[in-house]
Amino acid sequence: MAAAMPLALVVLLLLGPGGPARAESPRDSLREELVITPLPSGDVAATFQFRIRWDSELQREGGLSVLLKADRLFHTRYHSQAVHIRPICRNARCTSISWELRQTLSVVFDAFITGQGKKDWSLFRMFSRTLTEPCPLASESRVYVDITNYSQDNETVEVNPPPTTTYEDVILGTRRTYAVYDLLDTAMINNSRNLNLQLKWKKPPENEAPPVPFLHAQRYVSGYGLQKGELSTLLYNTHPYRAFPVLLLDSVPWYLRLYVHTLTITSKGKENKPSYIHYQPAQDRLQPHLLEMLIQLPANSVTKVSIQFERALLKWTEYTPDPNHGFYISPSVLSALVPSMVAAKPVDWEGSPLFNTLFPVSDGSSYFVRLYTEPLLVNLPTPDFSMPYNVICLTCTVVAVCYGSFYNLLTRTFHIEEPSTGGLAKRLANLIRRARGVPPL
Amino acid sequence: MGLLSDPVRRRALARLVLRLNAPLWALPVAWLERTMRSVGLEVYTQSFSRKLPFPDETHERYMVSGTNVYGILRAPRAASTESLVFTVPCGSDSTNSQAVGLLLALAAHFRGQIYWAKDIIFLVTEHDLLGTEAWLEAYHDVNVTGMQSSPLQGWAGAIQAAVALELSSDVVTSLDVAVEGLNGQLPNLDLLNLFQTFCQKGGLLCTLQGKLQPQDWTSLDGPLQGLQTLLLMVLQQASGRPHGPHGLFLRYRVEALTLRGINSFRQYKYDLVAVGKALEGMFRKLNHLLERLHQSFFLYLLPALSRFVSIGLYMPAAGFLLLVLGLKALELWMQLHEAGVGLEAGGGPGPSAPLPPAQGVGLASLVAPLLVSQAMGLALYILPVLGQHVATQHFPVGEAEAVVLTLLAIYVAGLALPHNTHRVVSTQAPDRGWMALKLVALIYLALQLGCIALTNFSLGFLLAATMVPAAALTEPHGPRPLYAALLVLTGPAATLLGSLFLWRELQEAPLSIAEGWQLFLAALAQGVLEHYTYGALLFPLLALGLYPCWLLFWNVLFWK
Repeated sequence: MAAAMPLALVVLLLLGPGGPARAESPRDSLREELVITPLPSGDVAATFQFRIRWDSELQREGGLSVLLKADRLFHTRYHSQAVHIRPICRNARCTSISWELRQTLSVVFDAFITGQGKKDWSLFRMFSRTLTEPCPLASESRVYVDITNYSQDNETVEVNPPPTTTYEDVILGTRRTYAVYDLLDTAMINNSRNLNLQLKWKKPPENEAPPVPFLHAQRYVSGYGLQKGELSTLLYNTHPYRAFPVLLLDSVPWYLRLYVHTLTITSKGKENKPSYIHYQPAQDRLQPHLLEMLIQLPANSVTKVSIQFERALLKWTEYTPDPNHGFYISPSVLSALVPSMVAAKPVDWEGSPLFNTLFPVSDGSSYFVRLYTEPLLVNLPTPDFSMPYNVICLTCTVVAVCYGSFYNLLTRTFHIEEPSTGGLAKRLANLIRRARGVPPL
Repeated sequence: MGLLSDPVRRRALARLVLRLNAPLWALPVAWLERTMRSVGLEVYTQSFSRKLPFPDETHERYMVSGTNVYGILRAPRAASTESLVFTVPCGSDSTNSQAVGLLLALAAHFRGQIYWAKDIIFLVTEHDLLGTEAWLEAYHDVNVTGMQSSPLQGWAGAIQAAVALELSSDVVTSLDVAVEGLNGQLPNLDLLNLFQTFCQKGGLLCTLQGKLQPQDWTSLDGPLQGLQTLLLMVLQQASGRPHGPHGLFLRYRVEALTLRGINSFRQYKYDLVAVGKALEGMFRKLNHLLERLHQSFFLYLLPALSRFVSIGLYMPAAGFLLLVLGLKALELWMQLHEAGVGLEAGGGPGPSAPLPPAQGVGLASLVAPLLVSQAMGLALYILPVLGQHVATQHFPVGEAEAVVLTLLAIYVAGLALPHNTHRVVSTQAPDRGWMALKLVALIYLALQLGCIALTNFSLGFLLAATMVPAAALTEPHGPRPLYAALLVLTGPAATLLGSLFLWRELQEAPLSIAEGWQLFLAALAQGVLEHYTYGALLFPLLALGLYPCWLLFWNVLFWK
């Protein structure tokens, strides 16, 4: 999906590597917890919690984490958090291992909401804070600003304060230039006691369509009505001359019964046979459909993968509390080695910046990308849940009124009863009544 | 609101939109794309083209092609699973330019808010409803009406609700709402209640069917006005036309409404800010929806904006009317059985007459009228559009007129054809033939009207109210001219003519005879056109279903 206004800045906030190893002390400890909650819809929610105790005064005042303020971060367009943990060999023979914890937060700020329509941005406007000092625990604390599109002409854009060093590398297949601001460099902070990066446009940018990545995908449900539909995925390859294969993985829940004989893949109007198909049919209430295909995408083309399905009628206890909201189909996953425009050299893990190692390349000719399409919402045929109540009311009324009346008419007999003269109780009661002055029974 | 709060800028925008009108007005696609992109939406276009069955007066050519422009406001931090649609239909007469300005202003205002949970699609269509149908078919990737359109490039998930806006002037005196959709479908009543709530909150004057809300329900005026509004809604729903873009959304089970700004001769006028605030409120409430609108009624009749008649109250009326047909059919069945028993008893000891004489004769004499009536109905359905070129070669008329005149010609020709084969009727029971035919015709009519009343109650009730008395009364032995006049006056064409006059009478714009006739011809052309362009069912129902049935009764009347 193309983002509306991609700002050419991705700020990765990284805490230093090897965090927990340093701050461990006898009274502080790492507590971890895993809570698994099965949900009524069949999903399972798992919540991990790691509690690490730090010295509080060190944490709050330094480094890049001062920018993490929730009220500004929730005015964003997109945010994503990731945690990576892996063991690292401490020496070449790997006799001892240390653990690396990498925490990543990606946010995309909306120019219209933060910048009120203008494309200028600054750290203060985005985070309502500026950087004051580096984190005391950090061995490296840097801010990189992507100035690839602006470095040619200094007339359109002005970056303030001007960068002292730049860093160039091949990221995601294209050559990019970054301005580097090192917080540990005393000259940087001492000048103004705070660092507020700003970018101003000298002349307003034109409103042309934003650039499109080489591989992107869309997914939608065709058809209308509650009986059947068609699941369509569009794969766009916008590379001008290179074709590359894409691995498409679809996991469709069992209540959408896929008809695999209707699977059609067309590129540029012609049929496109996948090189590899793996299909595992669903079992009702046990496992979903699994469809995995390796599709060759021709250069500069749109490939449409479509498969028809029928919506199942669930048992009435299986409906969620809000069945008219719909049921979700999880996104399909596309994995591809996208050819890069510029050959990249293999990454030196220790010397290069952390964001470079997010997209590892094994050879310089392509980079690995995993894309998720959008999730879909489908409505299943929903019965009228008030019908059991209606049926019970109607049946009880019919039984009571009709059957009861007929039964009475058929079986009721009348017989004459002599009035009784009364027993002891009656005579006693009459005595009391005479005493009271009330007429006798 | 940035763009609208300054009246000078608002007028400048309106003037800019109006200035784009050229004699052959086409949608300024590039300008719209640029403006929507500057407001911050993801903009896509879609081109479509459609070959009309015959050129009508709005388009005047067979091939209609255009471009739709739509911009998607993506909800922040949401997954694009659901969306709302705000659509403004633009036609060639550019009566909707102010609505485009309001759409852009609202888009700019909505773009700066963080509370959107669903995407909002701002859609500007060309050629009014043709563009809307093209966009809906491409969005749902179906081909229902034979439209050719380029595939869409941007989707926003499942559409939950839609609002269409038609504004022709800078200031409005009232807002009119249209609920009747294609083939008499209605949106969920909750959407109308939403509109009514915001009318009251904003102090706007809101009308239904162009009529104000009656204030006083205790005296006779209130109920009488309510009856007028109700009759107007029945007539509009019975016509099966989509009275606005919302009518086309309903087929895809998307609840939709059309709001029209009316500028009449009232003192108090509302500017676009008031209309914009009502729309903003409606969209914010629709944004809060967790489920699709399903809690309220889908089948209702409206005597006023704040009152409705539910299906449980009005359906028994149609039921009782059809019961008349059922009872009449039962009576005929009993008569046929008595006559049959009497005949067999009389002809038992006689020579071997063909056994059973009654049933055999009845069936044979029934097949011919049935076949011929159905053939006439088929001719009425197929011939006008198929034969328009032949007609224009021989007569000095345009194609649309040729279609309409062929329709009327076949309708009248059906009356004149001698199509009862009375020679096969045995002389012993001359009544049996027409009774059997009338029995079959009554059951046929009851079945059809029952099915129609279930899907489009207003159409079913209207046809039942006019056709049932005539059908029940028809017999060959009575005063023939009187019954003939009654049958002609209750036939489908006369019902259409009468309901047109009634409709304009209720709207307080009565028609003269000549105007009424012109409107009738235009309505016939529209009916045929809408069947081909949107899939409206009135034309095939009347031509293939009710007209042959009505011809059967004509047969019964002129039985010899």
